[in-house]
Amino acid sequence: MNPDLSSLETAFEGLLAAVVSSGSETPAGPEGGGPSCPPSGRCAPRVRRAEFGREGYHLEVQLRPDQVVEAARIADRFGFSIDAVTGVDWIKEGEMEVVYDFHHRLHGWRLVIRTRVPRQQPELPSIHKVFPGANWHERETHEFFGIRFLGHPNLTPLLLPEDATYHPLRKDFQGAA
Amino acid sequence: MLLEKVTTPEGAATQPGRETFVLNLGPQHPATHGVLRVKLTMDGEYILEAEPVCGYIHRMHEKMGENRTYAQFLPNTSRIDYLSAMHYTHAWVAVVEKAVGIEVPPRAEYIRVITSELNRISSHLVWFGAFLLDLGGFTPLLYAFDDREKILDLLEGITGARLTYCYYRFGGLYNDVDDAFLNGTREFVPYMRRRLEMYHKLVTDNIILRKRLEGIGPISAELCRKYGATGPVLRGSGVPADVRRTEPYSVYPELEFDIPTYPEGDCMARYLVRMEEMAQSLRIIEQALQKLPDGPYRNPKVPKTIKPPPGDYYFAVEAARGRFAIRLVSDGSEIPYRVRLRTPSFGNLSLFGEAVRGMLLPDALALLGSLDLVIPDIDR
Repeated sequence: MNPDLSSLETAFEGLLAAVVSSGSETPAGPEGGGPSCPPSGRCAPRVRRAEFGREGYHLEVQLRPDQVVEAARIADRFGFSIDAVTGVDWIKEGEMEVVYDFHHRLHGWRLVIRTRVPRQQPELPSIHKVFPGANWHERETHEFFGIRFLGHPNLTPLLLPEDATYHPLRKDFQGAA
Repeated sequence: MLLEKVTTPEGAATQPGRETFVLNLGPQHPATHGVLRVKLTMDGEYILEAEPVCGYIHRMHEKMGENRTYAQFLPNTSRIDYLSAMHYTHAWVAVVEKAVGIEVPPRAEYIRVITSELNRISSHLVWFGAFLLDLGGFTPLLYAFDDREKILDLLEGITGARLTYCYYRFGGLYNDVDDAFLNGTREFVPYMRRRLEMYHKLVTDNIILRKRLEGIGPISAELCRKYGATGPVLRGSGVPADVRRTEPYSVYPELEFDIPTYPEGDCMARYLVRMEEMAQSLRIIEQALQKLPDGPYRNPKVPKTIKPPPGDYYFAVEAARGRFAIRLVSDGSEIPYRVRLRTPSFGNLSLFGEAVRGMLLPDALALLGSLDLVIPDIDR
């Protein structure tokens, strides 16, 4: 309906198509070693128009962990503002989801970018160079979930005590002693 | 304020031979309005680096959301930003209503708007008093709290609480409003208009205030975008972004109001935005009172146990400090799988380190006050 939203959709589809084709040639994982797509297959790259009235966002992009920086650049180019970065622990599937929320200040669009990393090796690149505001959100996601953002300048606890070694939002967290 | 050490941190010194030192602002300091600590690297009176240190009152609301039912999490939402509790509860009930598909009667939506806007005024009044207190003016605080008390009395009459209202329920409200509230609110609107006029005469045109605020702490619209700053901070940088307008919810599309913006981006712009927002809120309340329909205040068909279908839901509201959003992940059970609270003070404070660089310490306090932080809103 909105021509600009479709151009955004096209931009993400272009990103996915480009990396899917190059990914088939180099099956190596995002950060070397790790599987490029976790076993559940839920990370199958796709761009989806969401049902705004119910779900609360317009466009949902599912991609591989090594694509998040490029995806953030696209969001930046379209004038999106960062909302939040967060995680979801899918413990039964052995994966952790990292969710990036963006909103457009004037058009009112909401964009969700999702990716999944294996629980054993939760690593993906940081987007703080594209959106400096992601710095704190990534620190928070790191302390709550133990997800490591590679290239982050200061991945220390933000809200938890500075010597905290636990990750309270992991589903197997048993509570403080 | 405490002198921590008189050494030169690596890379901080701008000129050879200049000595820098680290100054702790907080965690207990009147200007931080709560337990926030800011580590300042100073060159004399000038700030080289500022690093906010958060988490002193972290309560892990997001984990609490994962171990109680949807209804049991309702009281938590009033306690994140205790000055703007209505908006936060609104976001929680709305995200659940959308997920489950609960209809809200129009009367309930109008009362939600009236109480939310009253809450916005009371929140801005606290900011008004406290901000001027930061700048050295003591008296306005007493006036502002006097007016705020009138709002708190009105809201206490219908909700039973002064700050942590927990007034909205899935599909409606805790109870209906009575005549005392409606008449009291009708009287409050013209009263508050007169008071705002007086504030403008006494405070806004004050030469000392203008010298303290004009041109101080400029924040560009681009900086706000990169850091996710929203609310009056963003509108003080000239961007007419307001969730009530850009992503309309409740009955806001049926009401007329303006989005005040000022392009300067300085502390004065943020001050003026909030002052005008109070007037706009009064306008909204007046219209909503006129249009308030009869009918039920709660949907009688709301299921006893709330079980949203599995999925990922998102809802944002315009709270007093900016955009507050909740991401709710449901696995179909009666307990949320994940609750993410995206709070406005978090984004607004995160740009402080970059915006304050090179400023004088007293100006930095003006900037900090103009961001209108509520610390539990950052720490959650």
